[in-house]
Amino acid sequence: MAAGCRFFAGYPITPASEISEILSSRLPRIGGTFLQMEDEIASLGAVIGASLAGTKSMTATSGPGFSLMQENLGFACIAEVPCVIVNVMRGGPSTGLPTNTAQGDVLQARWGTHGDHPIIVLAVSTTLDCFKITVEAFNLSEKFRTPVIILSDETVAHTREAITLPAVEDLAVTDRIAPNMPPEWYIPYQDSASGIPPMASIGDGYRHHVTGLVHDVRGFPTQLPHEIDSFIRRLHRKITQGFHEIQMTRPCCLEDAEVAVIAYGSVARSAHRAVKDARRQGVKAGLLELITLFPFPRQTVEELLGRCRAVLVPEMNMGQISREVKRVNQGRTRIEKYNRVDGNLITPDEICKCLVGM
Amino acid sequence: MPEEITKLIHKYLRHDKKFPHVWCPGCGNGIVLGSMIRAIDRLGLNKDDVVLVSGIGCSGRMPVYVDFNTLHTTHGRALTFATGVKLAKPSLQVIVVMGDGDATAIGGNHLIHAARRNLNLTAIIINNQIYGMTGGQFSPTSPYGSFAATAPFGHVEHAFSIAELVQTAGAAFVARGTVYHALMLDTLIEKGIRKRGFSVVEVMSNCHVQFGRRNKMADPVTMMKWLKDSAVPVEKARKMTPDALEGKFTIGILADVTKPIYTQEYQKIRDGSQEK
Repeated sequence: MAAGCRFFAGYPITPASEISEILSSRLPRIGGTFLQMEDEIASLGAVIGASLAGTKSMTATSGPGFSLMQENLGFACIAEVPCVIVNVMRGGPSTGLPTNTAQGDVLQARWGTHGDHPIIVLAVSTTLDCFKITVEAFNLSEKFRTPVIILSDETVAHTREAITLPAVEDLAVTDRIAPNMPPEWYIPYQDSASGIPPMASIGDGYRHHVTGLVHDVRGFPTQLPHEIDSFIRRLHRKITQGFHEIQMTRPCCLEDAEVAVIAYGSVARSAHRAVKDARRQGVKAGLLELITLFPFPRQTVEELLGRCRAVLVPEMNMGQISREVKRVNQGRTRIEKYNRVDGNLITPDEICKCLVGM
Repeated sequence: MPEEITKLIHKYLRHDKKFPHVWCPGCGNGIVLGSMIRAIDRLGLNKDDVVLVSGIGCSGRMPVYVDFNTLHTTHGRALTFATGVKLAKPSLQVIVVMGDGDATAIGGNHLIHAARRNLNLTAIIINNQIYGMTGGQFSPTSPYGSFAATAPFGHVEHAFSIAELVQTAGAAFVARGTVYHALMLDTLIEKGIRKRGFSVVEVMSNCHVQFGRRNKMADPVTMMKWLKDSAVPVEKARKMTPDALEGKFTIGILADVTKPIYTQEYQKIRDGSQEK
């Protein structure tokens, strides 16, 4: 709401229902709309529709619902519709472990919808993150005209802690760029240096066509190879060019670190404590917390891999981000995985023990 | 007269879009588009205020040709996108065009819930009893015993009756027309758009290429004759026996009820929650 979100559509699912419940009470008070749809497919459809009509919109779900959203997620990518999708991860696959924590949907968030598409995926680890990173997610979504996925997990979602929210007036809020030319000059998908075309809202007088088909600069379906090629490449380029703005990481005790942890989500919180414990035991440990998971913060990770003796990647999956870290590593240093897939959070002790042993 | 109608239709077509359209010669979709344009013209709606939303299939291509705000969504999901647009800007006139497979198979859940929710939307469902674009597979409205690309030995499932389905689901306005009764269709669509609440106009249409060809009606004229002979006005049908109505369908206004619309109800929630 602080980011300007005025529309939410969702479907009940554990452990994400709290977001719906709170917004059903808060959004109408500020003139916004809360809508409970018949399923998650419909939820994301309504979110996209509302965003096309000019309202900042979001939805929240968990694994099974996130799977259902993948088709419309692709629509938001191809039609370049800003929206935010929160996936509070629980154990999977399928119905899995509805009330247990997990991080199994990381690569689904990146590659879940079909076709060659770029996307932004952010992870949250604390209650304050849930506020601040959501604002950031809306800003990136509006700026780059792309869906942004926020990966939370059951642990983060069900953590209660006292936090001080930043003053709303101190928050930087980005809005999509509206066309400034007269409607007859508006070319809805025209390329530019940034690769991000201005976005007209439905009903603002800029009548144009929005489609899930690959389209030309006017928005009309095309099958001409050169038009298809320049369109798909622009979709990727607009995100690639924005790397420096999109990539967010949080370093901790890395200045003199010999061994480092790369973690995200609730595991990063355990790692934070583990690094401090390891330092008390004389191990020069550090933590790189990833907030942006995709596009993968390659440069920051690369720099760290170049100067650490060993790097630990603890995850509540069988190794989804460690795969990315290894891809970047190219043999620079030793990468160790620590995986827990029993529905429980990785504890600081477990991470500390690994660090001491490295 | 025909020249005037052509001129009127051209007023609403997109001239920067390369024609010809994707529809086969003789397709009913063009008649539905013509009816919709005439209805919109009669209502005097501003092009900027009209949103035409579609799903996937032959009917899904309709929006690209007309000069409104147009939105071509994913298969079966048109009503969900339309719901978002309408709630974000309730002053817009949102019209959703779908096919029978789009609306009642993959989008069946959204259809019944949209009818229940009662937003002020107009849904035009073109029912040609087949999946045309994908090559003539049977749809939820293909009649029992009919032939399709995926029913080479005759169809063993029973068909949905769309108008009756949405009526039961709670739609405020339900009508059925055909592409043969084009002037009547103009009026039904006009009334559908005028209606405050969720309105559905089912249009029985011809797909002689995919449905007709496999069911002894391989040309548009034969299919038009079939539409003419099978359609029974609702008033007349009330006096007929079920046996006499076998294999036929009713046309006209099937339901027109007044009920609170969602946007008004939700505004009450907004107004009421302010004080708290």
